[in-house]
Amino acid sequence: MKSDSLAKPQVHLQQRELQDKVIAASRPAAAAPAKHVRQPPPSWHIFAEGSLRIVAMSAIAAVILIFAFVAKEALPLLFSGSVHKEVTLRTMWTAQQWPGYDAADHIWQPVSDIPKYGIWPLIFGTVKVSIVAMLVAVPLGVGAAVYVSQYASRRMREIIKPTIELLAGVPSVVLGFFALMVMASWLQSWLGLESRLNALVAGIALSFAIIPLIFTISEEALGAVPRSYVEASTALGAARWQTIVRVLVPAASPGIAAAVALGLGRAVGETMVVLMASGNAAITSLSFVESVRTLSATIAAELAEVVFGGPHYTVLFYLGTVLFITTFGINLLGDYAIVRMKKSLGVSS
Amino acid sequence: MIVRRWRGRVGDAALVISTGAATLLVLLILAILVIDVVRGGSARLSWGFLTKAPTEGMTAGGVFPAIFGTVAMVILMTIAVVPAGVATAIYLHEYADRQAPLTRIIRIAVNNLAGVPSIVFGLFGLGFFIQFVGGGIDKVFFGGSKVLGQPALLWASLTMAVLTLPVVIVATEEALRSVPRELREASLALGATKFQTVLNVVLPQATPGIMTGTILAISRGAGEVAPILFTGAAYYLPQLPWYPNSQFMHLGYHVYVLATQSPDVDAAKPLLYSTVLVLLAVTFVLNLSAFVVRSRMRHRFAGASS
Repeated sequence: MKSDSLAKPQVHLQQRELQDKVIAASRPAAAAPAKHVRQPPPSWHIFAEGSLRIVAMSAIAAVILIFAFVAKEALPLLFSGSVHKEVTLRTMWTAQQWPGYDAADHIWQPVSDIPKYGIWPLIFGTVKVSIVAMLVAVPLGVGAAVYVSQYASRRMREIIKPTIELLAGVPSVVLGFFALMVMASWLQSWLGLESRLNALVAGIALSFAIIPLIFTISEEALGAVPRSYVEASTALGAARWQTIVRVLVPAASPGIAAAVALGLGRAVGETMVVLMASGNAAITSLSFVESVRTLSATIAAELAEVVFGGPHYTVLFYLGTVLFITTFGINLLGDYAIVRMKKSLGVSS
Repeated sequence: MIVRRWRGRVGDAALVISTGAATLLVLLILAILVIDVVRGGSARLSWGFLTKAPTEGMTAGGVFPAIFGTVAMVILMTIAVVPAGVATAIYLHEYADRQAPLTRIIRIAVNNLAGVPSIVFGLFGLGFFIQFVGGGIDKVFFGGSKVLGQPALLWASLTMAVLTLPVVIVATEEALRSVPRELREASLALGATKFQTVLNVVLPQATPGIMTGTILAISRGAGEVAPILFTGAAYYLPQLPWYPNSQFMHLGYHVYVLATQSPDVDAAKPLLYSTVLVLLAVTFVLNLSAFVVRSRMRHRFAGASS
């Protein structure tokens, strides 16, 4: 008891001392604020900030390096005499009179006694598969975007959107597997097709990879249309569908166009699906149920077996350059459309 | 008036039905794919399948080396891509002047990098990493003998890192955007420098976004095959890739070889289905966790932002 009552004031005293010390310590700072003018940041901050800037250039560097190093390997096609004995740009792009053929023709037959590097069958195949893919993906992707943004309830939207995004996460090799093992057999028995693997199967499987892309961008574009547009249309007596078809979709059309462009870029460049499901025969025919060979699949299928630096190797890198430039152009168009839409709708960032 | 109302109803019904059918069809595609893979793949799936190497010409055994190779590649890729992606996003969002030509060019580059065909990344990896960088190192340090100038785990990982760079940048930037400005202003008002603010205030708040980007990049890396076709993936290897310059087996590539280059397709089919199931399960789990992290992040600042 006694010791307790004695100890207490002592504690008080200690606390008071401590408080005084703290106040004393803080006083000079308060009294002389001029001393605490913001100090220049330590030099390593400047260094770190500078490095941030340099690392940020890595994206630019990557794009430039990709183009430079793919094109570099294709350069011998323009300048190398030994490559020119087998192939030149002219023999790739124009019809050639090959021995044993009736007329001049575009033929892709790089591995034969007389290697033939006609690029048109490959371009033709790429276009054919892309057409099928877009014919399936655009209506489904845009349609689903309209439904989800206009008709679906909040809860449904919160289920449907992530599910479709999950489809985007399916690796293209899995889509290719599904097309090769499952879809090809179904389509063959339903339609009675001659060749199991063809442009139709590859195109439909390819569309699965593109639908989520088109859906996501279109849905975002439809969501970005200001409410006032819809309200004005409704106030004028338009039915819901009229507002959607004649006001909402046109207002979002640059965004939808961007979605289509980016989808097309993906369709042209996608490799594994077409490599596995298209049959890979470089046939030029108008039929959509015959095998095709695309630019991307040709590179994937042939590069592993070519002589380093040889004519075939060079030509495959040239195909890569063509693919890069094509998709780059398509993507630039898509980006431009998005920027324009954001400007015209007054959406920031 | 009646005609007009009638036309409105029919038009609405037609639009609801057609767009609803489109939505349903898209969901159905995913459902059929998943059901088929689960049905075909679950029979052979077992602990042994995940922990054993393939045997008897890929018609028996498991996929452990492919899982190991995928994980090894993804780890190296993450080490390369996350710092670069996060730094780029910080620069773009916290430092760069939005209207400056350089900023615009970086943005265009990021967008277009995302659109470069994956097979072109494969060509790039072969031309740049293997022949230029690897071959160059060999010439200088190894007297021209092939040590690094050949397809390898390291080069495949770096190629994949370039491919996934936009994924990390976009996700991180979205996270930075969601950090309220008040937090930055409060930090600056307390006397912190800009870099201290970014490092100690903004970046911790953006961690979920960085995680989202990383998870999505890993999911891409586990499934993407075209970029590693020529940069390091191997059909079959007797030993695990313990060195950065060894070749490796990869789940996605394994699916491709089993589906297209197997000498006996029917014998390999059950194994193929199980491999696809593993790959699909991995990517779905990754994508779903990315979604969960992202939606939590979105809700956190929902009330705080102006």
